[in-house]
Amino acid sequence: MKEKKIAERVNWPITILLIIGLITILFPLYMAIVIAFKQPSEMTNSISGILSLPKSWSLANFAEAMRVTDFWRSLFNSFLITVINLVVSLLLHATIGYAVGRNKARSKFYNLVYLYIVSGMFVPFAILMMPLVKQTAQMGIANMVGVILCYVVFYMPMNLLLYSGYLVNIPVALEEAARVDGATTWRTYWSIIFPIMKPMHATVAVLTALGTWNDVMTPLVIMSGSGMNTLPLAQMTFQTQFGTNYNLAFASYLLALIPILIFYLVCQKQILNGVVNGAVK
Amino acid sequence: MKKMNDRERTYLIMTIPILALFFCFNTLPLIKGFMYSFTNFKGYGSYDWVGLRNYIDLFQDGRVGKSYLFTIKLAVVSTIVVNVLSLILALGLNSKIKFKSALRGMYFIPNILGALVVGYIFNYFFTYILPAISKMMGGSGTSMLASTSWAWVAIVVVCAWQSIAMNTIIYISGIQTVPEDVYEAGSIDGATGWYKFKTLTFPLILPFFSINMVLCMKNFLMVFDQIVALTKGGPAQSTESISYLIYNNGMSGGQFGFQSANAVVFFILIVILSVAQMTFTGKKEEQL
Repeated sequence: MKEKKIAERVNWPITILLIIGLITILFPLYMAIVIAFKQPSEMTNSISGILSLPKSWSLANFAEAMRVTDFWRSLFNSFLITVINLVVSLLLHATIGYAVGRNKARSKFYNLVYLYIVSGMFVPFAILMMPLVKQTAQMGIANMVGVILCYVVFYMPMNLLLYSGYLVNIPVALEEAARVDGATTWRTYWSIIFPIMKPMHATVAVLTALGTWNDVMTPLVIMSGSGMNTLPLAQMTFQTQFGTNYNLAFASYLLALIPILIFYLVCQKQILNGVVNGAVK
Repeated sequence: MKKMNDRERTYLIMTIPILALFFCFNTLPLIKGFMYSFTNFKGYGSYDWVGLRNYIDLFQDGRVGKSYLFTIKLAVVSTIVVNVLSLILALGLNSKIKFKSALRGMYFIPNILGALVVGYIFNYFFTYILPAISKMMGGSGTSMLASTSWAWVAIVVVCAWQSIAMNTIIYISGIQTVPEDVYEAGSIDGATGWYKFKTLTFPLILPFFSINMVLCMKNFLMVFDQIVALTKGGPAQSTESISYLIYNNGMSGGQFGFQSANAVVFFILIVILSVAQMTFTGKKEEQL
């Protein structure tokens, strides 16, 4: 059976069409790269002037872009926000996912908690935005702390859904056995259940990290007064300073895209699995 | 009995603090948003209760109405474009092609990139590259982004460019759930091409179709980054999305109370749409 499949003919017309179609994906990236490496004097008004390869592959634009946008600081902030949000989200969401998932079938209270949090998915950021700005300012957390807390809450509905859904596949007998051995519920959870939910942690991590890393709106409204930038936010903040120096601007855009592209190259399989799992469940 | 209590207590300790956090940063601002919508709050200083004034004004405000029309048009057109193209792409990527995993990997790239930066890159494309091409072909050479009747199409293109990646991956995983023997049985009955897709593949991946519809609609209704990067709502406010209008006028335009009312209406729209979509697709799936 397997051999028969291998022997089946490769569908070349479709393969070639798909390769041609890749132009739509790669052209914008190609454009970004060649412009980022050029000098403004090389940018004549004709298309060939814009899209030809640069005369020299100088990194000067990138060095300048790093200086202008305070690249390392923004990168560090983005990284910090994403990682802390990820760790806190995994711990908290898995925990409440466990408590709610194990009890919502038998207890009205936990079922209500489940419906209450999951229905948070319908709440668009637009309605929370203005009150949250006031609230974080009053609490003195109109900075990265506030942004992280918001993320932890925003991702809770989806992650609770994912975790409590996954728990259905984990037999209760596992916990019962540990309980007979005298372990507390708390210990049983951390030593048995939390590790066993590893596949779901991977899905949650991918979805949460991708969303946080690329988000603009939350840091824009909450920490714009703190003088701090995340990587995407910096692109917006420094638009005016780029002016018509598109070479500098594109060098900065590329710098903003490179970390996630590297991450994708390294963890492509996990990312694709995570995205599909998250959407389908 | 004591042991039972211990277990209950642990579950409560796990739930209550996290529940409180959720309340603080989701429900509380939601309630405040409702409250602000009945005031003339500017975002600073004192304010008065104005009852339903904001809501009455909202339905007479041309700019708000325009932003709803624009956003809904954008969401509907983008959803259709994205779903048609990603279904075709998914069928292609799922057929017997060479370099299958490399191609799938490449086609997914747009989805991982930040929408704002992608928007800036496309902004340049629409402002300089495309007009230059159209000039070479004898066109006027003006930018789509500067035209009130074409700017929204540019936004559809950028939204679609990113979303197709995501939807394609979901469709691929859907097509893979269709067992091979369904096709074998179908081919005995002479099902090929479009007919095979219409009668065999599509009904079987309907759940994935509904996931994609919901995902698309919700994301596009909340569109924000692309607007900031491409048009900032212009030209002549023709591409102001609801989120962008609420952000722009509510945060810095002194319309905190008024835009809160707008946000409440937007919230209700999202809820109605989500519930309608869920019941509709739920019924469709039941029929099968």
